[in-house]
Parts: sequence; structure tokens; C-alpha cells
Amino acid sequence: MEANIAIPSDSKESWIGGGVRPFGASYGKLMMWFFILSDALTFSGFLAAYGLTRFKLIDSWPIADEVFTHVPFVHGDFPMYYVAFMTFVLIFSSVTMVLAVDAGHNMKKNKVTWYMFATIIGGVIFVGSQAWEWNTFINGSYGAIKTSDDKILQFVKDGHQIALSDFVVGDRGDERVTHTKKNGLWFESGEIIPKYSVSQVITSYKADPSVQVKSELINVDEKQKIVLSREKGLEELLKGTQIVEGANLQVNEYGNTIFANFFFFITGFHGFHVFSGILINIIIFFNVILGTYEKRGSYEMVEKVGLYWHFVDLVWVFVFTFFYLV
Amino acid sequence: MAHANESNVKRIWNVFWILSAITIVEVFLGIYKPVTLHLTKFLGTSPLNWVFIILTLAKAYGITWAFMHMEGEKTWFRRSIVWTAVFLICYLVTFLLIEGGYLFNILGPLVNW
Repeated sequence: MEANIAIPSDSKESWIGGGVRPFGASYGKLMMWFFILSDALTFSGFLAAYGLTRFKLIDSWPIADEVFTHVPFVHGDFPMYYVAFMTFVLIFSSVTMVLAVDAGHNMKKNKVTWYMFATIIGGVIFVGSQAWEWNTFINGSYGAIKTSDDKILQFVKDGHQIALSDFVVGDRGDERVTHTKKNGLWFESGEIIPKYSVSQVITSYKADPSVQVKSELINVDEKQKIVLSREKGLEELLKGTQIVEGANLQVNEYGNTIFANFFFFITGFHGFHVFSGILINIIIFFNVILGTYEKRGSYEMVEKVGLYWHFVDLVWVFVFTFFYLV
Repeated sequence: MAHANESNVKRIWNVFWILSAITIVEVFLGIYKPVTLHLTKFLGTSPLNWVFIILTLAKAYGITWAFMHMEGEKTWFRRSIVWTAVFLICYLVTFLLIEGGYLFNILGPLVNW
């Protein structure tokens, strides 16, 4: 046994000034930091993979300002505002967290309770906002056509993107509708039939000369997606195989499917971290109310969950930059 | 580390205002995208992207040093976390981005637009 225990032999009291507290920090805090380090490396792995894929598809990557344009209760194009709001919520909940830690150092139970409560509320607002963001992304806003060579074609009029419903007229032409449970005795599931058919979209495109097709390719000089001429647009449209509305793991109306995959995976993984953070915060919150830390004489547990919570904020800062800004 | 019975409330709010100001600048630049920054090239990407990256690192510094009290930890503890992360992340990002650029150079010409 003795061989396994570090006994100070150099007449110094401890190893790097710590003794039972190496580095002068408690074991729990130390381990929280090393967990955060490993988690940070996990997130950088994801973001670096996102970077690799983006560089690989650099000439056709979706432009974030054209993807995330919605704000709840408001119509129109407002890129960035909502996600900026989410960033503020998270930074603010970080502030209330660090105020809780600070109040803990001064053994002010009441203050710790209220600041923890505010932190939890901030976290809940953030996760709720993210759910809304996902919902908007999954449902899509304009609709597009996917071609046989896996390209996404969007539609523009006077330089602005328009939805399929803005110019498609007539009916599908094949009388198909989505089969639902109430329509068949033995029905279990079936593919969803979009409101419009590809041929109907092509006919409507031919009928309305003001509509143009926007390709995925980026014009390097302007950093804008290239809008095709009417003839070239029709040529591409004739290769259409599928109407795409919204985004999921198979198709994405905004462009490359892998953009959607990374979006779901990285923001989902981060959202799950926020969710776990809220749960841990709630546990600590009740411990504070019950007076556990008051009796213990130290609010260090608040400090440890605080570290985790700040880390979640830290990750969001990077996700925000690399998904929405750069 | 914050010493017991000593309150840092003022400093916390200061850091909050700085982080908020940086975010506002980022959002402003992200919406208006000044042409001279956005459509020119500097060290492999646009100067605007470099501005975003530098501001992001500034925010990360603020959160880690002030909110997570990294500034108050023992020097070598701080280094065991920060140096490890910085070294490994730079290493990974450098190689993956170079590889991504290579994939584009090889596969890009094969895509028929």
C-alpha cells in the first residue's frame, strides 16, 4: 500500500502545492475540468468534421443567411436575429450561474437559490428556442426539387426566393394523395405524397416566365447562389425526380443533405448537453433549498455544475460562429 | 479563484457587457456583410471570417477566464487544460481542413454543374 501513496519526501508539504488538493483545487473540481477538456475535444472533432465536409463541398454549401431566416410570430426574412437572441439567453444564464457561485462563496443561501432558478429558466428558454429552430428547419419554408443527379433546385422571382405555392398552379395530374389511417382497413404506413407533383411544377414553370431556377452552385465573386437562365433552368428541371419540402436525414430543401445531417447532429448534441445541464442544475437547486450545502459549509457543488454550464455556453459560442456566421 | 467573502459581482457584469457587445458586433457584421471584408480574400478565407473567428476566441477567453475562474487556478493546472485543448484542436483542425481542401480539388472537377 505504502508504495502507492505519494508521500512528500522533499520536505515540501504537497505535490504542486496541493496535498490532498493537487493544484490547489478539490478532486471534484479537477475532474470536472478534465471531463470538460475531453468533451471540448469531442465537440471540436464534430466541428472539424463539419469543416472538412464544408471545404469538400465549398462551391455548393448552403448559405446560412438563406437557411435560418425565421423569427417566431413575425413574417419575412430576418436572418441571424433569432439565433442571436438564443446566444444572449445562454450568455445571460451563464451570468446568473456565476452570480450564484459568487453568492455561494459568501454563503448567501437565498441569493444562490434565486440565481440558480434564473439559470434554469434561461436553459429552458434556450432548449425551447432550439426546438422551435429544429421544427422550422424540418418543415422547411419554400420547397424545392431534387434532380436525378442529387442537386437541389430552388425557385426565385425578382431576385427573391419563392415557395412552390407562390407559382405552382393546377392539380397534381395523377390524383394521388397521402394515404392516411382512416382511409383503409389494413393500412399501416405509406409515403407522404406532396401537394404538388414534379410535372405540375414543370408545367407551372413553363407558364410563368418571371420564375427562375436557382442552383446550388455559388458564384465565387459575389458569394451568391447562381440563378440559371430560363432555358438552362428548364433543362435542369426536366431531370427532377422528387419534391422536397423541409429537411431531414435523407433530403434537404436548402441544399446538401449532409448540411442538414451536421446541423441535426451538432446542435442536437449540444442541445442534449443543455438538457442534461438543466437536469443537473435542478438537482443542485433543490439541494440548495434543502440546505445541504449550508450544512456542509461550502457551496462548491454549485461551482462544479457552474463549470459544466459555462462549458455548454462556450460550445454554443463556437457552434454559433461556424453554423451561422462564417 | 474568488476568495471567500469577497464579491466579484461588478466584474461579472463587466464581462457580461463585453461579451454582449462582441455578440452584437458579430450579428451586425453577419447581417450587413461589408463588401470589402466579405468579398476579398486573406489567408485562405475572407477577412470577415477571420474577424468572426477572432471575436469568437475573444468570447471563449472571457467565458473561460472570468466565468469559469480559470484566471484564479494554479498556473500548471490551467496549462494542463488549456495547452492540451489548444494543441490538439489546432492539430486536428489543420489536418482536417487541409484534407477537405484536397477532397474539393480532386472531386470538384468531377461534378457536372
